[in-house]
Amino acid sequence: MSKRRREIDSERMAFSGVGLRAGIIAGTPVAVGVAGYGLVFGIIADRAGLSVAEAALMSATVLAGAAQLIAVELWTEPLPVVALLTTTAVVNLRYLLLGAALQPWLRSLSPLATYTSVFFVADENWALSIEAFRNGRRDAAFLLGSGIVLWLLWIVATVVGATAGEFIESPTRFGIDFVLPALFLTLAVGFWEGRQSVLPWAGAAGVGIAAEVFLPGKWYIICGALAGVVVAVVMRDA
Amino acid sequence: MREAVVLDPTVVGVILAMAVVTYATKAGGLWLVGRVDRSNRVEAGLDALPGAVAVAFVAPVLADGGVPEWSAAAATVVVAKRTGNLLASLTVGVAVVLAVRTLV
Repeated sequence: MSKRRREIDSERMAFSGVGLRAGIIAGTPVAVGVAGYGLVFGIIADRAGLSVAEAALMSATVLAGAAQLIAVELWTEPLPVVALLTTTAVVNLRYLLLGAALQPWLRSLSPLATYTSVFFVADENWALSIEAFRNGRRDAAFLLGSGIVLWLLWIVATVVGATAGEFIESPTRFGIDFVLPALFLTLAVGFWEGRQSVLPWAGAAGVGIAAEVFLPGKWYIICGALAGVVVAVVMRDA
Repeated sequence: MREAVVLDPTVVGVILAMAVVTYATKAGGLWLVGRVDRSNRVEAGLDALPGAVAVAFVAPVLADGGVPEWSAAAATVVVAKRTGNLLASLTVGVAVVLAVRTLV
């Protein structure tokens, strides 16, 4: 287990146009799936009273699907500023863990490259990039490339949804709601380490399922992931 | 309906504040881990983190799902194991969920 970590430590990651291009190519099909949610966001934002420009600005600067969808659900006049910002923070807390998991691969980059790249982190390109890095890609610009294409399509889809919302069919009819679960399942297959993974994963799954029942929003990801990590650390100490 | 290009100053302010909060979560975990002493326990935790995130993400989806999601999940896992090709497992997963939903 720690052997793999040391291998990562010892290798410096590149940050080049090659990685950027590879990220754009790998990210495009996934970004098309994400664009389905962008349409939904645009439609709901329009109904909530945001202008097309405001909805596009939110997609361009916030770039966090779940938080944006919940925010426009809360959107009333006068704006509930505290509730909006608290909800955004809570729904996005999982990014603390996603960012922490990326750190081993980004630590050798310049602060500018690192902190530009993390702006473009979303669930989908995080999963894509972790998968790519784990499979030996030594170019961290992959994260940025897959993030940029996702960001662009997210903005375009928002504008289309907000402009032409009423003519669009529900995207779940095309099965795109299963893109993210399929992405994370594929990622999980790659991370399976045999018996060593059984207990941490059982902890993550059990706590995740329970938390999803009892807690609002995305808390289940945080609770489940932390449970899995705690089990793994305890197993190491034992 | 409002003009498409209207940008209300208050709305813009709230959106930018949301952007700052979101960026803080995206950058914060990475920043924090870079400052922690990397003991063996931290290494073990970091090593287990991506898999645990993936499982915590997927397990509730499957628990809430039905036959379409379960069969699509099984197909995704099989294709991922056999081919190791992300695009292939995604395509098969989405295709199976669609097909079974149409049948059921």
